[in-house]
Amino acid sequence: MKHIMPLNPFALEINGLVKRFDRPAVDGLDLTVRTGEFYALLGPNGAGKTTTLRMIAGLLRPDAGTIKVAGIDALADPVKAKQITAWISDEPMIYDKLTPREYLEFVAGLWGIAPALAEERAQDLLAWLDLAPHAHERCEGFSKGMRQKVALAGALVHEPRVIILDEPLTGLDAGSARQVKSVLRERVNAGGTIIMTTHILEVAERMADRIGVIAHGKLIAEGTLEELRLQAGRTNGGANDGASLEDTFLALVAEQAQAA
Amino acid sequence: MTPGTAVWFARHESRLAWRDWLSMITAGRRERLRRVVIAILVFAIFMHFVAYWMVGRYADAPVDKSILVTITASFLLSWLLMISQAMESMTRAFYARSDLDLILASPVAAQRLFAVRIATVGVSVAMMAIPLAAPFIDILIVRGGLRWMGAYGLIVAMGAAAAALAVGFTVALFRIIGPKRTRLVAQVVAAVIGAAFVIGLQVAAILSYGTISRASVLQSSAVLTHAPGLASIVWWPARAAMGDWLALIGVLAVSFALLVAAIALVSPRFGEYATAAVGAAASSVSQSRRHSAFKKTSPRRALRRKEWMLLRRDPWLVSQTFMQMLYLIPPAVLLWRSFDDGNGAYNLLVPVLVMAAGQLAGGLAWLAISGEDAPDLVATAPVPASFILRAKVEAVLGVIAVVFAPMVAVLAMLSPWHALVASGGIVIATTAATAIQLWFRSQAKRSQFRRRQVSSRVATFTEAFSSIGWAATAAVASVSLLLAIAPALIALLVVAGAWIMSPRTAAA
Repeated sequence: MKHIMPLNPFALEINGLVKRFDRPAVDGLDLTVRTGEFYALLGPNGAGKTTTLRMIAGLLRPDAGTIKVAGIDALADPVKAKQITAWISDEPMIYDKLTPREYLEFVAGLWGIAPALAEERAQDLLAWLDLAPHAHERCEGFSKGMRQKVALAGALVHEPRVIILDEPLTGLDAGSARQVKSVLRERVNAGGTIIMTTHILEVAERMADRIGVIAHGKLIAEGTLEELRLQAGRTNGGANDGASLEDTFLALVAEQAQAA
Repeated sequence: MTPGTAVWFARHESRLAWRDWLSMITAGRRERLRRVVIAILVFAIFMHFVAYWMVGRYADAPVDKSILVTITASFLLSWLLMISQAMESMTRAFYARSDLDLILASPVAAQRLFAVRIATVGVSVAMMAIPLAAPFIDILIVRGGLRWMGAYGLIVAMGAAAAALAVGFTVALFRIIGPKRTRLVAQVVAAVIGAAFVIGLQVAAILSYGTISRASVLQSSAVLTHAPGLASIVWWPARAAMGDWLALIGVLAVSFALLVAAIALVSPRFGEYATAAVGAAASSVSQSRRHSAFKKTSPRRALRRKEWMLLRRDPWLVSQTFMQMLYLIPPAVLLWRSFDDGNGAYNLLVPVLVMAAGQLAGGLAWLAISGEDAPDLVATAPVPASFILRAKVEAVLGVIAVVFAPMVAVLAMLSPWHALVASGGIVIATTAATAIQLWFRSQAKRSQFRRRQVSSRVATFTEAFSSIGWAATAAVASVSLLLAIAPALIALLVVAGAWIMSPRTAAA
């Protein structure tokens, strides 16, 4: 995979982000992700993770705050920010009546990628994700795992600098999950940035460079796993030494709930 | 109530059906119920006036061939539509996964539920027909006496027979062409059946009399001469509607016997068919024949191509969208017949073309604008939202141009003025219908195409009235441009009303 030259030290800078529905979903969130980082955003259901990611991807307009993607103001110039961003949700949204190859051609067309370059990348991605034998089959008969891999190939075909994923491993079998994780890791190794939410704490524990914990629309803890243990331990009388991410996460969320 | 019995299942099914219906008429917002009830009452009163004007004079009609032909044809038309509806429901029952796994995995006798489901199709079809027929029957009862109550009984019998035929037909298709193709074929046949009768009569009328009126055929001496005698069994349904209780009992008995036989034969194997249907959908692998290199394109062209490709590859959507084109057959016949005449038939043809264009554009615009299966992908593409919308509108206009250009071209050879008016009307009606779909857009799956009207009644009605308005304008404009100003203003008011009531304007 081609190495991505970093143009900005920060892939994402969020300041005072607010989004209200019936109640505040995101409540003055500040978040910074460095370029080339694998960042996992964790939180209980309804914490505001998906809302945050949708605002970063340009799918939702915030009520207040700023979002910068690789230094580009995503609210003032969304088209420029989208040019270097890819979004993948837990429910792969692809076209049943298109083949994976046609889907990638369509995505490349939307992102304005030169046909020859797009075709080369598409072939590489299809082979890499074991989709080559199905490249000319319509997606309507595909399993969830295959659909998610097609969506992932679509996200990568335009070589985004920042990939935003919302629960990308939900419902995938072990083989597909491993492939997706491997693709994401490769992407980070090549200099790309991954921002991902997940409920599978083991994935965050093993893959993420840094982890952010969000609750009630606010970032309540952030850092490496070791740093999170320390933060949780401070609130737990030091009882969190060597604890798993699951224990740490639950301790942090419980502390936040008590404080609230 | 004992769980697992047919009555218990019937209660369960009726509760689901009631909630589904309630959600449908209130578009999922219960607070709208009062307004919906008032609207239904107002509409029902209005329909009674319409019915009085249309059938009031027939209330005391004697039982002769003329009235029997008219009633039989009217009920046959309704029955064809009921069969069409029953086939739709039956296909849905087979192919919708919904609670199938739960039922088949449970220790109850699933065939009882399937028996109830088949019967429910009959009941629901009759329940849908009764409100539509009620104003006409009520007027006949008020003016002609209680004997017309038999018409309600006839509708119940028609519902039962329609469900029985629908089951038989669907299962026969399963056995002959397999579960994979049955869904599409059954739905296309259902739609064709729904339209066939009207179109057939119109074509016959045009060929015989040069008009699009159905009544001219039904009351013609040719039909009355060749119709069976008054004592024939063919007239039993009509006699039943007119209060011949013996005929009514006969019709009811035959219909329910058919339904019971269908239930007895099909319900034990219903689960097997439904499982096969789901399996067929899951195992289908369609190969694309095009393996060419990626083409140079722009985001706008990519979007347009995608829309056309998705439409072309979905036979079900094509059948649903272009079904309205069937109604163009009569005017096409009229055009062909009038090729040498040069008479005023074009005045009739122009509004039909404009109306059809408006309706087709509405359906296509919904698919392109609201029925986006990958909304997040398109929304995260690095192009402005207005750019995406423009590309989708262009995709709609492209299809309309391809469909209507040949007819307008033929018309231009016969009457350039009418072709000009038709072209203008088609463009305006298409633009209006597309704009309405744009103002009322709401994200949905393409597979929900049949339920698109549910999301906004205002959009549905204004789209229909706008097409009618522009069709009327085109009809009048064919004769006098000056006189066309009045209907054009009304059509404009409808479109403006849609814009004012649209969610985006309301929210602003």
